[in-house]
Amino acid sequence: MEDKLVIKGIEFESRLWVGTGKYKDFTETAKVIETSGADVVTVAVRRVNITDRKIENLLDYIDPKKYKILPNTAGCYTVEDALRYSRLAREAGVSDMIKLEVIGDERTLFPDVIGLLKATEILAKEGFIVFPYTNDDPIMAKRLEDAGAVAVMPLGAPIGSGLGIRNLYNIKIILEAAKVPVIVDAGVGTASDATIAMELGCDAVLINTAIAGAKDPIAMAEAMKHAVIAGRLAYKAGRIPKKLYATASSPIEGML
Amino acid sequence: MKLKVNGEDRETQSETILQLLKELDIIPERVAVEVNLRVIKRAEFGNYWFKDGDSVEIVYFVGGGILDFKSQI
Repeated sequence: MEDKLVIKGIEFESRLWVGTGKYKDFTETAKVIETSGADVVTVAVRRVNITDRKIENLLDYIDPKKYKILPNTAGCYTVEDALRYSRLAREAGVSDMIKLEVIGDERTLFPDVIGLLKATEILAKEGFIVFPYTNDDPIMAKRLEDAGAVAVMPLGAPIGSGLGIRNLYNIKIILEAAKVPVIVDAGVGTASDATIAMELGCDAVLINTAIAGAKDPIAMAEAMKHAVIAGRLAYKAGRIPKKLYATASSPIEGML
Repeated sequence: MKLKVNGEDRETQSETILQLLKELDIIPERVAVEVNLRVIKRAEFGNYWFKDGDSVEIVYFVGGGILDFKSQI
């Protein structure tokens, strides 16, 4: 039975999406991506180093024909910057997909949702396939959806914090109301966090730091792969209700 | 001709984007180029002629999102 995530006609092979930041080198990055089974890979847009041309290109290691390259606007603090980076990303890349970030504050890296909403509206009108990184606010998720976002990407916790899914109930409310896929972005610290997000019914999870920062990133990539699959299967299987008291699993009948 | 390329002043003989990329040893298929804040389509690289003092940004994809402000445009 197929259980593929499809967004705007694009089929996604895996529900684990990975970032490419903070790795030792491109060889490690490539190995992690391969091990994780992810087919969506996020990248940032930056200046080419014009003085040292020996610097290698990430896309020599991650084949854009094999993986879906999802550029982000990481580091953008204003709507104008986010639009600028998005338009450059579209030109540098091969698709209209953009992971839209409008950051509100350097210390928390929480999104500036007012700017995010404006940028989503503009980019959606320009034909971009917008994946906005938002906070775990159900009302804002709805607003972004109305503004033309093809999915919403609420944070589980601050970027790189590894605190896990801090507000399960908000994520649940977002999921109940959303007509677009919900992809948890940021906050996952270890495999069980990814499983929890998927058990809630999230459509995918995006992970960078939890893998890149692990002692053994390649082993963690494998753990995350299984965690996401397990969480998704458990969600589809339907968990038992929680009860305060025991219910015997073995029959009483036939006892001495 | 004087240009500003990725934030640095540069004296160049290149007159088009394509020539400049060649001068810098950059493969056009891997980058996006902006001149005076306007994104230029790759198909136009060969016939986009610079004017003295143009500000050019050449960007590409890197591992993200590290917040590396030095390479931010």
